[in-house]
Amino acid sequence: MKLKYLSAPYIVWMALFVVAPVIIVVVYAFTSAAGEFTFDNFAKMGGYVSVFSRSFLLAIISTAICIIIGYPVAYILSKERARQQRILIMLIMLPMWMNFLLRTYAWMSILENTGLLNRLLTLLGLPAVNIINTPTAIVIGMVYNFLPFMILPIYSVIVKIDRSLIEAAQDLGANAVTVFRRVIFPLSLPGVFSGITMVFVPAVSTFVISQLLGGGANMLLGDLIEMQFLGAAYNPHLGSAIALVMMVIVMICMWLMNKFGAGGEEAVML
Amino acid sequence: MAKELIRLRDCTMVFDDDVVLNKINLSIKDNEFLTLLGPSGCGKTTTLRIIGGFVKPTSGDVFFNGVRINDVPPHKRTVNTVFQKYALFPHLDVYENIAFGLRINRHEGRRLSKDEIHSRVMEMLEIVSLKGFEHRDVTSLSGGQQQRVAIARALVNRPKVLLLDEPLGALDLRLRKDMQIELKRIQEATGITFVYVTHDQEEALSMSDTVVVMDGGVIQQIGTPEDIYNEPVNAFVADFIGESNIVDGIMIEDGVVEIFGKKFACLDAGFAPNEPVDVVIRPEDVDIVDIKDGMLTGTVTNVTFKGVHYDVIVDFKGFKWLIQTTDYCPVNSRIGIKIDPDGIHVMHKSQYSGMFGDYSSYSAEYEEISDAELEPEETVSEDKLYEA
Repeated sequence: MKLKYLSAPYIVWMALFVVAPVIIVVVYAFTSAAGEFTFDNFAKMGGYVSVFSRSFLLAIISTAICIIIGYPVAYILSKERARQQRILIMLIMLPMWMNFLLRTYAWMSILENTGLLNRLLTLLGLPAVNIINTPTAIVIGMVYNFLPFMILPIYSVIVKIDRSLIEAAQDLGANAVTVFRRVIFPLSLPGVFSGITMVFVPAVSTFVISQLLGGGANMLLGDLIEMQFLGAAYNPHLGSAIALVMMVIVMICMWLMNKFGAGGEEAVML
Repeated sequence: MAKELIRLRDCTMVFDDDVVLNKINLSIKDNEFLTLLGPSGCGKTTTLRIIGGFVKPTSGDVFFNGVRINDVPPHKRTVNTVFQKYALFPHLDVYENIAFGLRINRHEGRRLSKDEIHSRVMEMLEIVSLKGFEHRDVTSLSGGQQQRVAIARALVNRPKVLLLDEPLGALDLRLRKDMQIELKRIQEATGITFVYVTHDQEEALSMSDTVVVMDGGVIQQIGTPEDIYNEPVNAFVADFIGESNIVDGIMIEDGVVEIFGKKFACLDAGFAPNEPVDVVIRPEDVDIVDIKDGMLTGTVTNVTFKGVHYDVIVDFKGFKWLIQTTDYCPVNSRIGIKIDPDGIHVMHKSQYSGMFGDYSSYSAEYEEISDAELEPEETVSEDKLYEA
C-alpha cells in the first residue's frame, strides 16, 4: 500500500500537464471573449469544413503510404540477422535525431521549383515538376517525418512472433505466402495499429510541414489552430473549439480501430 | 515385419563448428512408436527437426518411403509435429487451430468442403476429449488442454508420421502420466508412426516400441525397452536408463566375470579372454543375505525409505552401491549380497567407462576402486558363486 505514494509525483504531473490543459481547452471552447457560456465557437467552424476534410484526407493518405512503405521494411528488417537489425534500426532512427524543422527545410530545398529534384530531372532531360506548395509536398513531408513511427512498432511486434508458430504453420502445410497471410500478418496487426496511431495523430495536427512545404494555400487544422493563438486571427476560444473537435474525432477513430483490432491486441499479450 | 518408412543415413549436423549429430543411422518402421531418448544437447531434437524438414543435415541423407527428401520443405512433407511449447496460433480459437491444416491444404488431391472440415475437426475434438471447447480461446486453456489441441491440430491432417518434441515436458506429473496413456492409445487407434523425443527414461520405456538412446550426437543404442533396460551396451545407457551400479570387471571366460576379485556367474558371452569390462548390476537385482552367505560383504552407509522399497547405499571397499530392497537393514550393519547370473550385465569398455554408476560421494575412494587394486575378499568362498 505504501507503494501508492510513489505514484504521487506522476499524478501531480498528469494533473498539471494533461488534465489541466484539457480542462482549459474545454472551458475556452465553450466561452466567448467576454467569458460567457456559448456554442458560437462551434457554430463558426462551419466555415472551416474544407480545412478539416483536407487535414484528415492528407493524414489518411500519409498514414496509408507509411503502412505501404513501412510494413515491408519492418518485415524485411525482422528477417535480418541480429547485428544487421541493430545497424538498420539505427539508420532508420538517425534522421529523427536531427531537428524536425531542419529536416523539413531540407525537403523544401529538394522540392523547390529550382530545387534538387527539378535540377536532377532537367539533367536527365525530363520535364520539371511543380511539387512544392502542393498537397503532394505535404504528404511527402509527413511520410518522411513519420515513417519511423510506423516501422518501429510493426518491427517490434513481428520480431517477437514466436518462431515455432511459423514452423507450426509450415509443418501444417503452409507455404511462405500462406504463412505470412495466415500467421505473420494477423499477429503483426497490433503493431500496425499502434503505427497508425503514432503516424495519424501527429499528421492530422501538424502545422510546420504544411506551412513550409504546402505554402499558404493548403491550410491544415494545425495551421488553423496556430493562427487562432499566435496569428493575426487571434481567437483562442475558436482555436480551443477546433482543437477539441479534432481531439474528439481522433479519439473516435482510435476507438473504432481498437475495437476492430481487439483480437490482435490479445495476440500480443500472449 | 512392418515396412521401413523413414531412414536417416549418415546424417551429420554441424552448427558453428559444433557437431550436434555425428553420422546418425536410423530406420523408422511404419506404425512404430519410436522414442529418441537422451539428455539435453544429445541431438534428439535435431534429429526430429531433420525429419520434420526444419533443418537440413550438413551431410547425409533422409529417405521417406525410399525417396530422398533432404530438399523437400516442411510444408510438403506428410509429417506433422507436436511442438514442445505447443505453438498454438494465439489469434485463432481451438476450432480454427485444428482446422488450420485442413483449410490450407489439398487432401487427396482436392480442397475439403466446409462440412468435411467440420466433421473432421469435431471427430478430432472427440478423440482428444475436448468436445465443447471448439470456440474457446487457446490462451484460456490449461497446459494439458493446449497439449491436446496441439495433438489434434497435427493428427487431423492424417499424417504418415507424427513427430512429438517433448510434448509432455511442461505438464505436471499426474497429467503427464494420463497423457502418456492417452498418447499410446491414440497411436494404437490411428496406426500413425510416432517419433517421440524425451529425456524422461520412464516415459520412453513405458510408451515405446523402440527406444533410441542418444548422447553427444551419437546413437548409443537402439532396441526395445526391455533390451535397453536389461542389456545396456555401455555405461552411459546403463546409467541413463534407470539406476545402475557400474563396476569394473574382467571377463574371465564366457559366463564368468570377475568383480572385486571375485568370480561371478553371468549369462554374457563373446568377450575376449580376460577382457576388462564394465559390469552393470541393477539395484533391484541384488539380494541382501546373511553375511556368511554373501558373495560380497559391505557396510550399509545410508537407508532411505521410498514407499515400496528402501534405497540402501552399501559400501564395498569404498565403492558405494545402490540396492533396492524391501528388507530393512540399519545403517552401519554389515550385510552380504547375492546376485543371480541374470542380474549381471557385462558391457564392453567405452568412452563412458568410469563416469557413472558409483553412488559414492567421495571421488577419492572411487579413484582407488577404479584402479582395481583390490585386496582379496576374505568372507566369500569360490563355490558360492555357481550356486545361483
